[in-house]
Amino acid sequence: MTKHYVTDVIGTAIGSVERVSTVWSRLDILQTIRVRWSIGRMNYLVTPGVYAVGKPDADSNIFISANFKLSFDHLRRALHGINAWILVLDTKGINVWCAAGKGTFGTKELVHRISEHHISQLVNHKKLILPQLGAVGVSAFEVKDQTGFKVIYGPVEARDIKPFVGTGMEATPAMRKINFTMIDRLKLIPVELSYGRYYLLLIPAIFFILSGLNIHGYSVDAAWQIGGISVLYLLVAYLSGCVITPMLLPWIPFRRFSVKGLIIGWILGGVVLYLTGSLLTIFEIISWLLMMGSLSSFLAMNFTGSSTFTSLSGVQKEMKLSLPLQIIATGIGIIGWIITRFI
Amino acid sequence: MIELKYLKNVVTLQLDQQKCNACRMCVLVCPHEVFEIKDKKAHIIRKDLCMECGACEKNCSEGAISVKSGVGCAAGIINGLLRGTEPTCDCSSSGSVCC
Repeated sequence: MTKHYVTDVIGTAIGSVERVSTVWSRLDILQTIRVRWSIGRMNYLVTPGVYAVGKPDADSNIFISANFKLSFDHLRRALHGINAWILVLDTKGINVWCAAGKGTFGTKELVHRISEHHISQLVNHKKLILPQLGAVGVSAFEVKDQTGFKVIYGPVEARDIKPFVGTGMEATPAMRKINFTMIDRLKLIPVELSYGRYYLLLIPAIFFILSGLNIHGYSVDAAWQIGGISVLYLLVAYLSGCVITPMLLPWIPFRRFSVKGLIIGWILGGVVLYLTGSLLTIFEIISWLLMMGSLSSFLAMNFTGSSTFTSLSGVQKEMKLSLPLQIIATGIGIIGWIITRFI
Repeated sequence: MIELKYLKNVVTLQLDQQKCNACRMCVLVCPHEVFEIKDKKAHIIRKDLCMECGACEKNCSEGAISVKSGVGCAAGIINGLLRGTEPTCDCSSSGSVCC
């Protein structure tokens, strides 16, 4: 990847260090949009190591980041107008929070980078500023024991860095709290939409093929007609689970994501069946409600992974009941629908 | 904004107040304001909001906090079930898209 974000190279006590821009170029914005759509997401990297922002010296603060370029970009943009160092850890291109969960943004890697890049020679203080969510993988007291550096946990969001530095390096309760606003959720929807990947073509194709089956053998006309409407129903269920449920999350009753998804799947499914299903038999309608409800419910349940407030114990409890029901309902729905092809 | 809450009474978070030295680290690292320091001891004040990320346990120098931490992610749990491992959203090896 070209380092278009590097403006020049400066000489320091530890040798040459690349200075980075604090303004996003058009390319950065374009890349951000692409990566939000999961394009090249797993290979969007920054080389680990030390970078300079502004005109840093031996007294400047050191901010720690992950080598997922989106994380790095948010940090350098937040440091606009500040003279600072950035130390990028090797998190295999994963963001701070997820990498901390896996341990790659962790004590061991941080300790390694501190000695590898001679950080104690770069600055004459003993402070490192980490994003708060890095605390999932980094143990501040172990870093202190092993390197002498004091870890200060900054705000959750990079955009709060300026007020954080301004108020003497104490994150306010509001800066420490992780939110999950409508905008946060909207940003995640492209990733959710791309979740299905090739199944998005495979499953509709299967429904098209099966739609032609009937008591007289095979009808291409039926395949197009029934197949087309089937794909519409599947799409509605997919959007219910991947887009509408995440968007409306706080306003949909019940705490379980699977139930939230089921409700939306049935509401939208009910509407679309009402509008298009005048020729459907009651068995077909029931079959479709079972399939659409479970698909939407399953996809909504997967949004737990993107949310910022679900616990492992909670998701395990939810899935114990929901996953078998989703599988059974889908199974009955598909069998029911195939049988109705022959009635 | 409406506060988003997940299931009640499932969280594995535990605090041994005997060991607590009121260093405030748990308060500083928790993204959901689960802890509070009162009378020179940490208290769990909003347990149901805990998402079991494990930051408090990891940063408690006295070992006063324990929590079974992991990914609160359905896809990760399914991944774990299929591979017979702990829940994992291991994107790097499977090449799939997550977090």
